[in-house]
Amino acid sequence: MYTLKFKENVCAACPSADCLLKCQYMSFAGHDEAHGEMMKIVRGEESRVLQDCATCYACEEYCKRGNHPFYLISERREEKGMFTAPRPITNQWINMTRMQGKYMVGQVKDKALSCCLIPDLGILGTGEIFRDVTPAAAFGAEFMCPAVHTHFARMSVVKERLPLVIENFQKLGAKEVICLHDECYGTFTAIASAYGIDVPFKPVYYMDFLLERMKELKDRIKPLGIKAAYQRPCSNRLIPDKYPLVKEILDLIGVELPDREYQGENCLCCGEILRSVSGYKLADDVQERNLNDMVQTGAEYCVFNCPACQSSLSEKVAKKNLKPVHIIDLCKMAIGEKEREVR
Amino acid sequence: MSDILKALIEIVGERGVSNTPEELWFYSRDPGVLTPHLPDYVVAPKTTEDVQKIVQLANREKIPIVPMGNGMSLAGLVIPLKGGIVLDMKRMDKILEVNQMARYAVVEGGTSQGVLKAYLQDHYPQLRHSIPDAPPTTTIAANMALHGQGRLTQQYGFNTDMVTGLEVVLPTGEICRIGSPSLGPYWFSKGPTLPDLSGLFLGWLGTTGVITKIGLRLYPNKKIRDVELFVTDRVDLIPDMLYRLTHLEILEDVNVWFQPKPLMFQDNFHITLYFTGDAEEEIAFKRKMIWDTLQPYMDSKDGGFMSVQYMKPMLMEMPQRGIADFADVPKGGGFEYSGPITIIEHYPQYAAKVVELAAKYDVLYASSARLISGGHCMMFSISFAFNRNDPAMMERVKHALDEATAFALEMGGIPWKPNFMEQKMTMAKMDKNALKLLQMIKKNLDPQGIMNPGNWEVN
Ligand SMILES: Cc1cc2nc3c(=O)[nH]c(=O)nc-3n(C[C@H](O)[C@H](O)[C@H](O)COP(=O)(O)OP(=O)(O)OC[C@H]3O[C@@H](n4cnc5c(N)ncnc54)[C@H](O)[C@@H]3O)c2cc1C
Ligand code: SF4
Ligand code: SF4
Repeated sequence: MYTLKFKENVCAACPSADCLLKCQYMSFAGHDEAHGEMMKIVRGEESRVLQDCATCYACEEYCKRGNHPFYLISERREEKGMFTAPRPITNQWINMTRMQGKYMVGQVKDKALSCCLIPDLGILGTGEIFRDVTPAAAFGAEFMCPAVHTHFARMSVVKERLPLVIENFQKLGAKEVICLHDECYGTFTAIASAYGIDVPFKPVYYMDFLLERMKELKDRIKPLGIKAAYQRPCSNRLIPDKYPLVKEILDLIGVELPDREYQGENCLCCGEILRSVSGYKLADDVQERNLNDMVQTGAEYCVFNCPACQSSLSEKVAKKNLKPVHIIDLCKMAIGEKEREVR
Repeated sequence: MSDILKALIEIVGERGVSNTPEELWFYSRDPGVLTPHLPDYVVAPKTTEDVQKIVQLANREKIPIVPMGNGMSLAGLVIPLKGGIVLDMKRMDKILEVNQMARYAVVEGGTSQGVLKAYLQDHYPQLRHSIPDAPPTTTIAANMALHGQGRLTQQYGFNTDMVTGLEVVLPTGEICRIGSPSLGPYWFSKGPTLPDLSGLFLGWLGTTGVITKIGLRLYPNKKIRDVELFVTDRVDLIPDMLYRLTHLEILEDVNVWFQPKPLMFQDNFHITLYFTGDAEEEIAFKRKMIWDTLQPYMDSKDGGFMSVQYMKPMLMEMPQRGIADFADVPKGGGFEYSGPITIIEHYPQYAAKVVELAAKYDVLYASSARLISGGHCMMFSISFAFNRNDPAMMERVKHALDEATAFALEMGGIPWKPNFMEQKMTMAKMDKNALKLLQMIKKNLDPQGIMNPGNWEVN
C-alpha cells in the first residue's frame, strides 16, 4: 500500500502554519496554536481539527511548503476510525463508485478524454472545441478518480483505486489523458505525487486544452460582453497553479470577472459536502454568503468549473437571478455553438 | 349462442361482451404469480343499470361475477377462480361532480386514478386526491375495494378513510346509496353520523357488491412540493426516527425503502420525506424542522441526508414509475409484493425477514414501506422480482410470499390485498366470532355466493 510522503521536519520548523491559520471553518488564536494542532496531527495525537475540519481541501493550497496537511488529516481520521460524513453516506459513496465493468470507452489512440463518472462531462466534452477528442471519451467507475473519498477520510479507498484507474487508462494505450474535472487532474498530479504513485501518461488539464482550442478558434469568437462570478471548486485547491487559466479563458471570450470577496484563496465551497459533513446550518450560511457576494458584483452569470458545484448551486443561483453556466458552455456560446440562456 | 350470452348482449350490446378465447385468455390472469383461470364471459357495463341487470342475471343463474378495474393488484384478485363473468368496469369512467368548496369528487366505479388526476390538474389545480403509486390506469373504486394507500395516506389515513359516499349494486341486484348521498344530493360523508355501512364494501375485494359510484375527499394542492432523502445503516433506529418525524406533523408522505441493487443503495435504508408549501419560506422552514429533528443521528454519524439533485425528477413523479423498473432487474418483467400493515416498531424484524426470504428462495428483493396516518401503522412491502419465463423462479416467489404472510400474521400484522391463500391463512388466525360475523354478513348480502367467489370464503 502506498504511504503519504509528508515532510514532518518541514512542518516542525514551519514559521507560518498557514494551513490552519487561514482555514475558513476553524479559528486559531495565532501561529502557536495552529502550529501546535498541526503538530499533534503529525504525531498522530488527538486534535480538535480532526473533529471540526469541514474537508474543504483549502489547506492543500495554503501550505506553501510542499506538504499535504489535508491528506494527512484524512489519513489520521481514518486511522482513528473516524467518519467525517455519516457512515451510511460514506459507504454509499464507496459503493456507488465501485468498478463493475459498466464503463464506456470510445476510440482511444494517443489521447483519451476523461469524463470521470459524471454524465454531464460527456455532454460538455463535445462540439467544435473537443472535435478531435470527443470520440476518445472514457466514462465509468473504471476511469473515475477516487479523490472524493478524501472528503470522507477514506484514503485507503483512494490508495486502492487510484492505481487501478491509472492502469485502466494505460490499457487504453493513452499517452495523454485530458481531464474534464479538476478532481481528476488533481488526483493524477497532486495526489498521485503525494503518495508516490507513478502515472505513466500525461494528464492534461481541460482548461489548458480549452485555452489552446479557443486561441485556435479565435476567428469564430464573438466576445460575449458579459459580467460573471466564478465558483471555484474545492478540487482546484489541489492544483492552485491552474487557477489563473479561468481569467485567461474568460478574457479571451469577452467575459468580465469583477473582483469579489470570495475569490482565489478566499473562495467558498459550493456547500454540498459541507451539508453532509457539518450539517445544513453551515452549508446554508456558506451558500448564502457566497451567492450574495456574487450578486453584489453585478454579475449576470455564475460560471462553474465543476458539475457537482453546478448541480448543487444552479437552482439557488437562478433564484438570485444569475444564470448558471459551465465555463465550457460559455466558450461554446462565444463561438456561436450554444444559445446564450444556458441553465 | 348460449342464452346467457344473448342476455348479456341485450344488456350491454355486442361490443360490451366477449367470450372469444383470446379475450378470455387475457382476462384469466394478472401480472402476479398466481395460476390463471379462464372466465366464461367478459362484460363491460356502461351504467349502474347495466351493472344491476348483469348482477340480477348472474344471481338468477348462479354465475360468479368478478368486478375488475385494471387488474393490477398483483394478488390475483380478479382472476376468476370459479369462472363466470369478469365485469370490466373501465367503461364507467366519468367524473360526475367536483364540489370545490366541500373538497370532494364523485366518480364512477371504473374511473382511473390518471383520469381524475388530469381532470383536477386542468379544472381544479388547487385540489388533489391521494394517488397510489400503482399505474395511472388503475381504478379508484378498486383501490377502495382493497384498502389502498396513496400519496396522502401518511397525513389522512388509508385511501378508504377518504371515501365520502358510495353507490353500490348489491349481489342481489338492489342499487344502494351509502352515507350522506342516501339522504340528499351531497357526497360529504360515507357514514358519520349514521351507522357506517360503507364498511360492508370497502376492503371486501368485490365480494359484497359492485361499487358503481364513489365519493372521495380532495385536499389542497400546494404550490410547492419538495423532497428530502435520509439514509441510515442502523435499521434498529428507524422506528425512533419515524416517531420523531411524525411528531412534526408536517410531512405529506413518508416512504422507507431498501434494496440491494444498484450498488448505491446497498446496505442502507432510505427514508423519503415529502413536504409541501405555498411559499419558499414555508418550504425552507419545514426543511429546517426536518433537518433539526434528525440532527442527533447525523451527529452520531448513524444517518445523513443524501443529495437528491439527480434523483429528484424520479422521486417527484406521481405515481412513481421507478417502482415497476425493479421488475426488470432479473429480466422478464415480473414482480409481486406482499404488503402487510403493521406497527412501525416492527420495522427491523420485517426488514430482516425480507432479506432472509430472498436468500432462502434465491430471489431478488426490494422493500418500501409507507407510513399511514401520522405513524399509527405502516404498509411494509415485501417485493420480489421474477422472470415470467422462469416457472421455477415464479414458484419460489410464491413460496416466499406465502412465508412473508405467515410471518406478518405471527407478528400480529394484517395482510394487505391478500390473495385467496393468504385470506385463508388470515381467517384461520382470526378471532372466531369476528370470523362468524364476517361469514354472516357475506351470506346475507350474497346468498348465492356469486361475488368474486374464492375470496373471503369461509368454507
Ligand atoms: C407498480 C405498482 C405500484 C403499486 N402501488 C400501489 C400503491 O402505492 N398503493 C396502493 O394502494 N396500491 C398499489 N398497487 C397495487 C394496485 O395496483 C392498486 O391497489 C390499484 O389501485 C388496483 O387497482 P386496479 O384497478 O388494478 O384493481 P383490480 O386488480 O382490478 O381490482 C382490485 C380488487 O378490487 C375489486 N374491484 C374492482 N373494481 C371494483 C368495483 N367497482 N366494485 C367492487 N369491487 C371492485 C376487484 O374484484 C379486486 O378484488 C401497486 C401496483 C403496482 C403494479
Ligand atoms: S502543513 Fe504546511 S503550512 Fe501547515 S504547518 Fe506544515 S508546513 Fe506549515
Ligand atoms: S480542509 Fe479546509 S476545513 Fe479542513 S483544515 Fe483544511 S482548510 Fe480547514
